[in-house]
Amino acid sequence: MLSIKNLHASVEDKQILKGLNLEVKAGEVHAIMGPNGAGKSTLGNVLAGRESYEVSEGSALLDGVDLLDLSPEDRAREGLFLAFQYPVEIPGVSNINFLKTAVNDIREYKGLPPMEAKEFLQMVKDKQKLVEFSANLANRSLNEGFSGGEKKRNEIFQLAMLNPKLSILDETDSGLDIDALRIVANGVNELRSKDNAFIVITHYQRLLDYIVPDFVHVLYNGRIVKSGPKELALELEEKGYDWLKEYDTQNA
Amino acid sequence: MSTLVSESLLQQVLGAFKEQGVSDEPSFLVEARQLAFERFEAAGFPTVKNEEWKYTNIHSIINKPYALDVDVDIEGLDFSAGEIPQLDAYRIILVNGQYVLAVSELENVKGLSVIPMDEAASEPAFEAHFAKYADKSDNIMVALNTAAFTNGVFIHLKKGVVLDKPIQIIHVATGKEDFFAQTRNLIVVEPNAELELIESFITAEGTANNVHNKVSEIIVKENAKVQHYYLQLAESVSRYFNHTEVYQEKYSLYNNYNCNFPGASFIRNNINVRLDAEHVESHLYGINLTAADQLVDNHTIVDHLKPHCESYEWYKNITQDKSVAVFNGKIFVREDAQKTNAFQQNNNMLMSDNSSVYTKPQLEIFADDVKCSHGCTIGQFDNEALFYLRARGIGEESARILLVHAFAFDVTTRFSNEVVRKYVEELVEESLRTN
Repeated sequence: MLSIKNLHASVEDKQILKGLNLEVKAGEVHAIMGPNGAGKSTLGNVLAGRESYEVSEGSALLDGVDLLDLSPEDRAREGLFLAFQYPVEIPGVSNINFLKTAVNDIREYKGLPPMEAKEFLQMVKDKQKLVEFSANLANRSLNEGFSGGEKKRNEIFQLAMLNPKLSILDETDSGLDIDALRIVANGVNELRSKDNAFIVITHYQRLLDYIVPDFVHVLYNGRIVKSGPKELALELEEKGYDWLKEYDTQNA
Repeated sequence: MSTLVSESLLQQVLGAFKEQGVSDEPSFLVEARQLAFERFEAAGFPTVKNEEWKYTNIHSIINKPYALDVDVDIEGLDFSAGEIPQLDAYRIILVNGQYVLAVSELENVKGLSVIPMDEAASEPAFEAHFAKYADKSDNIMVALNTAAFTNGVFIHLKKGVVLDKPIQIIHVATGKEDFFAQTRNLIVVEPNAELELIESFITAEGTANNVHNKVSEIIVKENAKVQHYYLQLAESVSRYFNHTEVYQEKYSLYNNYNCNFPGASFIRNNINVRLDAEHVESHLYGINLTAADQLVDNHTIVDHLKPHCESYEWYKNITQDKSVAVFNGKIFVREDAQKTNAFQQNNNMLMSDNSSVYTKPQLEIFADDVKCSHGCTIGQFDNEALFYLRARGIGEESARILLVHAFAFDVTTRFSNEVVRKYVEELVEESLRTN
């Protein structure tokens, strides 16, 4: 589904990603771990199309379409979803209006007519239930006054509404207490299917107890230096990241 | 009569006043005009040396000749650009401040009189109020208007009358040669009466350059309520000096909603509200979305003269292209005006690198037991929010519109009229799309 080859990216002339390769197939969950500054969030932002990141080399194909050639909105319309590490508060933009615009813009891209109001509201209700997000969204501005946990849960709710092919969760576990973490993870597990895939970016193994990955990758100094089964996460938790330095020099 | 000589507007208006024949107007009006003329003659047009006109240079506007009091053809005039979808209103069409076309149903509304200014001077309420308020302000453009206005409307709402629907005045500018027009309105709302007034400004297709100097005096008597909307939709050939002077008596309410959209190349609004009794409430809201090389200048004065009054002012400017927005908000709290509550906020969003905003909150407080606050922000477009919306599949243009809506939202939600609010939100959207 997703095929990243030799991806090089920089921000403000600082090289962050230095030849990253990653293959993700439909139905899989991949975890990406690594120390601060390794390039984990950069990967999510580069794929989503944040302007401040400059791609100098490589490709990122989503079902054969090179995402790097597209505007951020077209990447989303092709089925990419980035759950933000820091979701933005936008006073004055209502949650419902925002979702309706997003859903219908994506439908338009796919040549589908706008969704009927009734059908849309029913979907909001169903998906809220599915991801256990009970916040009253009517007449409330996007993320305004939401707690950290509510914002993250709203990201998962949006994910449920937009039904992307590939979702990237960028440190969705950061700042969550154990109950919120469980709810967020349950939401993701509900949404997992044979047709979609997830990349879970995290610092801590804790989240992976709830969202069990098929593969764990270690990102270090802009490259994936080690990949393995879910047990690799436990090893990292135990040993830290220092021992990875040798991998880095070996591969250099 | 049309006299087009190659000279400046100043020479023209001075000359025209002196050359006019014997007036058939009542003596109080002739006298008011004479006094105003003398004031204007002594002062002349304002220049940028005047603090109140520092950012608003009118030299290029007044330094050329215009036709004065031109006869225009109103046959088949199209004023559909001023129509508000789904709005049920009594409608008055004012053409170049000269011709007044009112819907006939207005004549049958009990307790309401709408009379062209050139026929209104014999009304007792006219004599009691005309030129008693605006002419006391220091805006010299008012003096010019008083001296030489041609026409306009006198609206008189009798005691206790609550109109079943709003009155909409559509101001149409039309003419084949460059012209200067002066409109004068007088609106008297008697005790316990309620008026909703919507003024739309439009330019007819193919109109030559035109400059308007308009003055409205609004008297809101005891416990009366006025909702007043300005919807500026004219084209770039049109330029406006627009003075509104509001005088409020006790327990009265006056709300002004001042909305300016891309089009008219020059707009200077002076909106002055005098709270001259206890328990008066006034709200001034502004939404200014500017584009191209427009200049939109809003000068407001909220004058607290008596105790226990409340005022609330909130202006938002959104500037695009090379446009300039000016906001100058004065609040006076006079020595007598204890227990005043005055609030002012001005937020600005610059959408382009070449647009500019000049903003100046100005509070002068002479009473010691008052609550006054003011705030002002200038910011650029929030790129973080823009990226967030786009990352959800929302197109860049829609995302921008959502964000500008969000910026204007605090003010548009205050609109008392739902239909107008929706209309204004759509105009905001449209103005962003064309850019």
